[in-house]
Amino acid sequence: MGTGRLYAAVAVRAFRRYATYRVATAAGVFTNTVFGLILAYTYIALWDEKPHLGGYDQAQALTYVWLAQGLHAAVAAMGGGFEDELIERIRTGDIAIDLYRPADLQAWWLATDVGRAAFQLVGRGVVPMAFGALVFELALPADPATWLAFLVAVALGVAVSFAIRYIVAMMTFWFLDGAGVQQLATLVGIFFSGMLLPLNIFPGALGELGRVLPWSALIQAPADVLLGERTGSGLLSTYAFQAAWAVGLLAVGRLVQLAATRRVVVQGG
Amino acid sequence: MAEPSRLADGLRAYRLIAAMWIRSTMAYRASFAMTVVGQFVGTGLDFAAILLMFSQVDALGGYTLPEVAFLYGLSGAAFGLADLVIGSTDKLGRRVRDGTLDTLLVRPAPVLAQVAADRFALRRVGRITQGLLVLGYALVSLDISWTPLKALMIPAMMLSGAGIFAAVFVAGAAFQFVAQDASEVQNSFTFGGTTLLQYPPSIFAQDLVRGVTFVLPLAFVNWLPALYVLGRPYPLDLPEWVAFLPPLVAVACCALAGMAWRVGLRSYRSTGS
Amino acid sequence: MDTELDAETDSASDREFIRLDRVEKVFDVRKKTGFLRSERHEVRAVDSISFTVPRGEMVGYIGPNGAGKSTTIKMLTGILTPSGGRLRVAGIDPSRERTRLARRIGVVFGQRTTLWWDLPLIDSYRLMHRMYRIPDARYRENLDRCVELLELGPLLDVPVRQLSLGQRMRGDIAAALLHDPEVLYLDEPTIGLDVISKVKVREFLRDLNAERSTTVLLTTHDLSDIEQLCRRVMVIDHGRLVYDGPLSGLHEIGAGERTLVVDLERELPPIDVDLARVVKVEGPRQWLAFPASDSAAPLVARIAAEYPLVDLSVREPDIEAVISRMYAEKATS
Repeated sequence: MGTGRLYAAVAVRAFRRYATYRVATAAGVFTNTVFGLILAYTYIALWDEKPHLGGYDQAQALTYVWLAQGLHAAVAAMGGGFEDELIERIRTGDIAIDLYRPADLQAWWLATDVGRAAFQLVGRGVVPMAFGALVFELALPADPATWLAFLVAVALGVAVSFAIRYIVAMMTFWFLDGAGVQQLATLVGIFFSGMLLPLNIFPGALGELGRVLPWSALIQAPADVLLGERTGSGLLSTYAFQAAWAVGLLAVGRLVQLAATRRVVVQGG
Repeated sequence: MAEPSRLADGLRAYRLIAAMWIRSTMAYRASFAMTVVGQFVGTGLDFAAILLMFSQVDALGGYTLPEVAFLYGLSGAAFGLADLVIGSTDKLGRRVRDGTLDTLLVRPAPVLAQVAADRFALRRVGRITQGLLVLGYALVSLDISWTPLKALMIPAMMLSGAGIFAAVFVAGAAFQFVAQDASEVQNSFTFGGTTLLQYPPSIFAQDLVRGVTFVLPLAFVNWLPALYVLGRPYPLDLPEWVAFLPPLVAVACCALAGMAWRVGLRSYRSTGS
Repeated sequence: MDTELDAETDSASDREFIRLDRVEKVFDVRKKTGFLRSERHEVRAVDSISFTVPRGEMVGYIGPNGAGKSTTIKMLTGILTPSGGRLRVAGIDPSRERTRLARRIGVVFGQRTTLWWDLPLIDSYRLMHRMYRIPDARYRENLDRCVELLELGPLLDVPVRQLSLGQRMRGDIAAALLHDPEVLYLDEPTIGLDVISKVKVREFLRDLNAERSTTVLLTTHDLSDIEQLCRRVMVIDHGRLVYDGPLSGLHEIGAGERTLVVDLERELPPIDVDLARVVKVEGPRQWLAFPASDSAAPLVARIAAEYPLVDLSVREPDIEAVISRMYAEKATS
């Protein structure tokens, strides 16, 4: 089997696996919808006080709420997905087996995460978005090209998210109880992905900082594309920003992996 | 067989099991310290979002930051208390799935007590602490015309609120007997509930407020009694005395949740899944 | 309360310490037939089972996976409510008085430890001590006994996660016995254990049964557990009790055929005799099956007369084969 086909098969398998968790998916959709509802009202209150806050009008702000709820599972803004499994394998030592697989460790897990993300984009994304559109007045684009551009931004966001979580998981080689590192990563992810509030309304330097950190590639960047805030060269520079973080962090992950596996070999694990 | 002795048995078993978990946790002290801080900071993110909002506006739904902080602190502390005492019940689905619930059913103690004490997580004091700090900030910043009654209502709200949230936890656990993968549904009522209560009722749609007043009575955790303390008008033209109902509501909720739990456990014992 | 108990411990209830009358357990199983469609159908996990076990007996309960073994154990321990029939353990209806029964029974789930993972073994015992309200003197006596016989001394201060599977199983068995249970249910107590641990566990159970006359009900896949521990064995299949009697009888039931193993001088076509049939050929060695009720002598004489015989032996069917044949026969009938 060619390598491309191998990874495609891995991704498809992951997609199917997540598709079997039907009750969990339905429960997740329910949760996203409840939180979306609460956040939507707080945003309405906020934009009532200050229309055009952060450059969004109220419809855009509400679209942002439902988009964030629909998207955060796919881009794993709160961590999770393959990460838990990989950490468990490192902790139990099963990772040694994976190293003998005729596949690249990082690429293998990336493929599973792509499969997961693809399922969760549909399974966890569509219903909250549709619910939001039914109950509130949203600013969804009519132009298919914008949707397509949005999907590209989501894909890049998944890549950045994967790269971050891969590094976090690899930390387990050094900190046997990885809960602390993971928790920290989750907190930073929730805050700086723009899941709670759009980064545009973070004040001053905090906003500047938020926008250059890699987490802004997860939700803020795709949202800006969907809301039509990024077109033409703006769109290209958003892509470039996401891709740069993806490539850079994947490379860091690769280096960490090399150091980690060398440790395993030295320990005779 | 009398109810009081069952209750005493349950509390005793709870205490014994919780103590074991605390000892287990203390086996990894550094990790424990880190997770307490994590819980503290993690809960604080919600409040950070509120602070960010108030960096842009002066009022939200007509409420100032100290007023919102008052609501936030009460809800956070009450929820934190319930989460500490009984939050572990959200893991019930996993125990049903992997069959380890059976090991609890052969012990001479009520199952609910054992499930509630299971994986007792002392780190959750981080959440209570964070809620109390915000509440402290609110009490210092607010200009409330205190009466003995109002002062008494603060601890009463926390306890009744914890009771109401505890009932939601138990009812959610009972639901997991039926749908083992549905712990997220429980989360939307527990974590979602406390998030909702952090904001003033005036910003939400009337139907939503009606729902959390008459159907799932979360409004009694903090909204109604807190509005009395703040001297603010009630939503839905409710009479003033509803502010004093929370203890009764908590008792009623716990009774209903207890019934739901029994139905759930009975169905588990007849279906084995 | 005490007088009631006294009444229950008369000789009649001792003879029927555990009693099942046409006990049934029916599950509703949903099978997916499409994306959202599913079909419900009934599964009789336990189908009208009746038996009694006198106090102090040690019984093996065997059957293939999914035969209804653990469902039966779950009903006996009060975890599951029967769908029909009557069930009593020590005069108690398990599903109605679960916690009262819990003080009088001990349960060991083979692959699910009830010990506290991160804590020293002794801490789990201290919890049992308090949870079961075991009198101090009794607790110390029972603990000392278990520690001595199961050789737990050096393990008491070791966190459970560091114990081997065999050590943990011994630890679990001790935990189930500290409150002097009258019945002990063991679900696969030797699964995955090394030979030495198996021997220790079996010795311990034998002593327990002999000295304390604790009633023991044991499910296992390892028939040597039963061969060494139980005089009585019950076999369950498809929710029905297909055998209840001494182990020797189980031999006879399955012993429809014995096997004659013949070594010839050289490789030859399968031996052709009307008294037996060849079931296997491997080089010069051939296996012949013949009815267990027949004597082997005439068969051996015939073969010796017609073939160049070097060596021979008669094999009694081993119990595993007997059991598996029982199931195979059931499946084809």
